[in-house]
Amino acid sequence: MVEVREVTRVFRQGKRTVPVLRGLSLSMERGEFLALMGPSGSGKSTLLNLVAGLDRPGEGAVVVGGAAIHRLSERRLAAWRSRQVGFVFQFANLLGALNARKNVAVPLLLTSLSRKERRRRVEIALDIVGLSDRGGHYPRELSGGEQQRVGIARAIVADPALLVCDEPTGDLDRATTGEILDLLSALNREHDKTILMVTHDPLAAARASRTLHLEDGRLAADTAA
Amino acid sequence: MSSLPLIGAALRRKKTRTFLTFSSVLFAFLIFGVLAMLRVALAAGVDIANEDRLVVRHRVSLFQLLPESYEADIESLDGVVDAVHMTWFGGIYQEPSNFFMQSPVRPAEYLDMYPEVQLTEEEKVRWIETRNGAVTGRANAERYGWEVGDRIPIRPTIWTRQGRGDAAWEFELVGIYDSEVEGFDQTQFLFRYDFFDEARSFGRGTVGWYMVRIADPDRAAETAEAIDALFRNSEAETKSEPEGAFAAGFANQIGNIGLIVTSILGAVFFTVLLVAGNTMAQSVRERVGEIGLLKAVGFTSNRVMRLILLESVALSTTAGLFGLLLASGIAAALRPTLATYFPGLFLRPQDILLGIALAFLTGLVTGVFPARRAMRLRPAFALRRL
Repeated sequence: MVEVREVTRVFRQGKRTVPVLRGLSLSMERGEFLALMGPSGSGKSTLLNLVAGLDRPGEGAVVVGGAAIHRLSERRLAAWRSRQVGFVFQFANLLGALNARKNVAVPLLLTSLSRKERRRRVEIALDIVGLSDRGGHYPRELSGGEQQRVGIARAIVADPALLVCDEPTGDLDRATTGEILDLLSALNREHDKTILMVTHDPLAAARASRTLHLEDGRLAADTAA
Repeated sequence: MSSLPLIGAALRRKKTRTFLTFSSVLFAFLIFGVLAMLRVALAAGVDIANEDRLVVRHRVSLFQLLPESYEADIESLDGVVDAVHMTWFGGIYQEPSNFFMQSPVRPAEYLDMYPEVQLTEEEKVRWIETRNGAVTGRANAERYGWEVGDRIPIRPTIWTRQGRGDAAWEFELVGIYDSEVEGFDQTQFLFRYDFFDEARSFGRGTVGWYMVRIADPDRAAETAEAIDALFRNSEAETKSEPEGAFAAGFANQIGNIGLIVTSILGAVFFTVLLVAGNTMAQSVRERVGEIGLLKAVGFTSNRVMRLILLESVALSTTAGLFGLLLASGIAAALRPTLATYFPGLFLRPQDILLGIALAFLTGLVTGVFPARRAMRLRPAFALRRL
């Protein structure tokens, strides 16, 4: 499903160049739930961005679902993301002026689906995350956990094969963290979503089928559950 | 159109700020509308001026008198079809603030010269038959509640009556004229010259200025020169010019209207560009994370740029439209009161279109830099702001 080969990524900080990824390789099978761990600055989020098509490697290749995304034009890459990747962030980052239903529908604005079909998909996504009855509520009327669930519904509404999650429980209390992780596990098991999750939380990583530890831009450990 | 919910959401994001920006653009276009109307009203005489009419006045000023005998001399020239005279009466009806233009004329000749003035046949006959008969425009009659048959006293400030001191002249209203020409002055008060000339205490045989119809508008300058040459080195030399130029000169006595209007509008729009531009820039700066999210879920950079531009244009154009509507409403409300001073107080369709185009352009200009910034944001960088 995901093939990362010998990628490097260097950032510039003024006149200084900072290597973040140093010839890193990894592969993920379809339906795998993989956790990325490591200290700050180890390259976790950069790797996540490369796999999600949000960034490009300096060297190396990134192939996802058979597509060599490091070679795609900006326009094709955007189209690819809209179909193949769902994003879950630390903060749900919902649009405050839109209710939950309309927030979930944002990725579908790019499709040619009819209004009826969009509504159907939104209802399915809200049902999966357990918020069927909260679609008309605005973000300010939802708890942190509910907002994150709406964010997850938005990530899956276009039915992407890959979910990338950047510290999805980083801003939640322990109980809510458990609920969100249950939901991600269910999406992985029951809906066959391949999940790549960056986390600092060992409890969150414990839900994954495999954990990669990054250090200084290199793969330090690869542990199966 | 699929982006409409996002544009609506962006505008509702900070309602107070959107309202304030909306208001600033609205007021700019309200000023635009009012100034456009004012300019049109002041230049109404220019716009409705006939190309085949010249104004002949005393070379020194409009208020120096000319001999009545000039009429025959002017009419004798080649290229002149007809000439009529008018005279500034400057009387007061009840209060000095009740200002409207009054002039003695020869009714039949005047109506030939001004087909814009529409009276019924019955009113025309009554005017010619009634020695102290007067006609006025519909706007004036409505303002003062006059009806045909009313006796209108006008107190003189210049033209006193022989043996009557400054006692009021009394006129009988025999007609109320309309005009299909938009902007034509409907506040004039016109009465018979023969009645005026016989009764005035001084200045008999003199008139204020002449309106001259010429055969060929292309030869207006030539004909005007011929008229002025006729009276050169006389006691009352003349200055002749096309009616439009005369009206423009009259309007510009309070300054170059076009320049004043353009200067005010320039200052207003410059300020609006800064205010609205700053607001849009700030709005985009605050939404870097949201823009990153949109790009992450598949919005291309061009689409994001269009989104920001549409947001800016929608805000500016809507506010502009409301401003123009408000200006039209104010004009409609004030028209009866200001009809005397500004007979042509209305927002012309071309000014409405220009206003809409300017509002659209304002939106584009204020949106273009924030939109470019949003377009250039790299999603991975923008998402770090989440």
